Amino acid sequence: MGMTMTQKILAAHAGLDKVEAGQLIEADLDLVLGNDITSPVAIKEMEKMKVDGVFHKDKIALVPDHFVPNKDIKSAEHCKCVREFARRNEITNYFEVGQMGIEHALLPEKGLTVAGDVIIGADSHTCTYGALGAFSTGVGSTDMAAGMATGKAWFKVPSAIKFNLVGKPSKWVSGKDVILHIIGMIGVDGALYKSMEFVGEGIANLSMDDRFTIANMAIEAGGKNGIFPVDDLALSYIKEHSDKPYTIYEADEDAVYDEEYTIDLSTLRPTIAFPHLPENTKTIDEIQEDIKIDQVVIGSCTNGRLDDLRIAAEVLKGRHVADGMRCIVIPATQKIYMDAMEEGLLKIFIEAGAVVSTPTCGPCLGGYMGILAEGERCVSTTNRNFVGRMGHVNSEIYLASPAVAAASAITGKISCPCELK
Amino acid sequence: MKATGTVFKYGDNVDTDVIIPARYLNSSDPAELATHCMEDIDTEFVKKVQKGDIIVADKNFGCGSSREHAPIAIKAAGVSCVIAETFARIFYRNAINIGLPIVECPEAAKGIEAGDKVEVDFDSGVITNITKGTSFKGQPFPEFMQKIIAAEGLVNYINAK
Repeated sequence: MGMTMTQKILAAHAGLDKVEAGQLIEADLDLVLGNDITSPVAIKEMEKMKVDGVFHKDKIALVPDHFVPNKDIKSAEHCKCVREFARRNEITNYFEVGQMGIEHALLPEKGLTVAGDVIIGADSHTCTYGALGAFSTGVGSTDMAAGMATGKAWFKVPSAIKFNLVGKPSKWVSGKDVILHIIGMIGVDGALYKSMEFVGEGIANLSMDDRFTIANMAIEAGGKNGIFPVDDLALSYIKEHSDKPYTIYEADEDAVYDEEYTIDLSTLRPTIAFPHLPENTKTIDEIQEDIKIDQVVIGSCTNGRLDDLRIAAEVLKGRHVADGMRCIVIPATQKIYMDAMEEGLLKIFIEAGAVVSTPTCGPCLGGYMGILAEGERCVSTTNRNFVGRMGHVNSEIYLASPAVAAASAITGKISCPCELK
Repeated sequence: MKATGTVFKYGDNVDTDVIIPARYLNSSDPAELATHCMEDIDTEFVKKVQKGDIIVADKNFGCGSSREHAPIAIKAAGVSCVIAETFARIFYRNAINIGLPIVECPEAAKGIEAGDKVEVDFDSGVITNITKGTSFKGQPFPEFMQKIIAAEGLVNYINAK
């Protein structure tokens, strides 16, 4: 019986020739990540351990991104704790305000995540780096602490679900629609404890930013990780951004999967997840009634990359957001911000009546920069629409692509760009 | 080791945002987090919870964010055990790592109601519904995880190695 792509990476990092689903292993880590919310707890836990500093100062990434620039005194204290820990331990990859970005957009851009890596992060969306053929998964703060101290983590080897992507998505259908479609199909626990392995000729029709979006939301189906094969596009991304050594792993031909699905990308339509679960999906064509909205957020670790901003700008160019609409655009990193500026995208957003923010996770988790009042509705390119996620428990979040979010900002109701005059 | 308490019952997909909303994540103090535990799904929880009480839920408990603040808040609120049909995987790891006992048992999740008095025997995995006079066999942890739980968390486990 062969191994899946994920199993091969885990076996290699555990020093084993072979692993199988359900086996408990201890794997060497290539990178341990934390942010301003999870790192302070990890630092406190690490201080209780009888260890002499971190396992490797270059293999830890600390990214204050959730509540920065500091939103209040308590957040400032958390950030200070992380900053001082980084200095004390001479952490190479600490990113201060001005250099930081949303962690899962920033680390690939900085070349810290490459094919074949095993990466843990105290943030659930750490699964994003599967787009580059790495095994990466979210953990909690204590796991992060143990990872920083020992360079190792225990894993239960996951079984996998195979998603065979074929065909080419039509205009206005993006990676976000692909992953929302999949979550709608298998449910928010459809991949619980499992790998989601994406294969097929259709992948060639997905940009790297589309693939990051898809891998990013594997956790919203309960997945342990989402992973893509390393093709020429992924390889050129890695070579452009990193000089780290990488290893390309491929699933064995006789690898066993719990389930297999084939998805024809050409048949997908813009897809929206209704409150209060990412699995409550409808295609744009299935929405009969007018769903009036108060706010649009375009950004986050899911959809704050350059392709996302380009699509939003294409829709917003020469148009204006609806009366009373708050449209918040958040480039995910400083580089994306700069690129968007140089391409003229920021001008398009501002002329359209949107506000452009410095990189932050802020509104996605109801932190700051776009909290919802009672009864308000938001179309958001973020990843979760749980009760109270962006503010009041009686507010509503509709998850969508940047294209649908931008179109909805213009009309004031959930809309497809194809409907715009 | 045993836990005995009154049950708070919840449904499917209880996410970590409702267990401890992000607006309180500017603190990492367990006692402070406990005062907001379950706030967005059950405003009565913190008023009613007694030391030793038990949370029982249906599938995918603890889904969403990786915030360890969620099991920390539950533990600091006095909860002695969480029983669910299934747990989201990051919550599962976090609970073990901080020493919050959890048990996966679909039958118990179905056979226990809010307000029932329940006893959990962690050594045998047996869950007894004292109110209804029924019992269920929970899934025992693999030996490796039992060691972490016995050490009361991953930090102690690593220190002991």
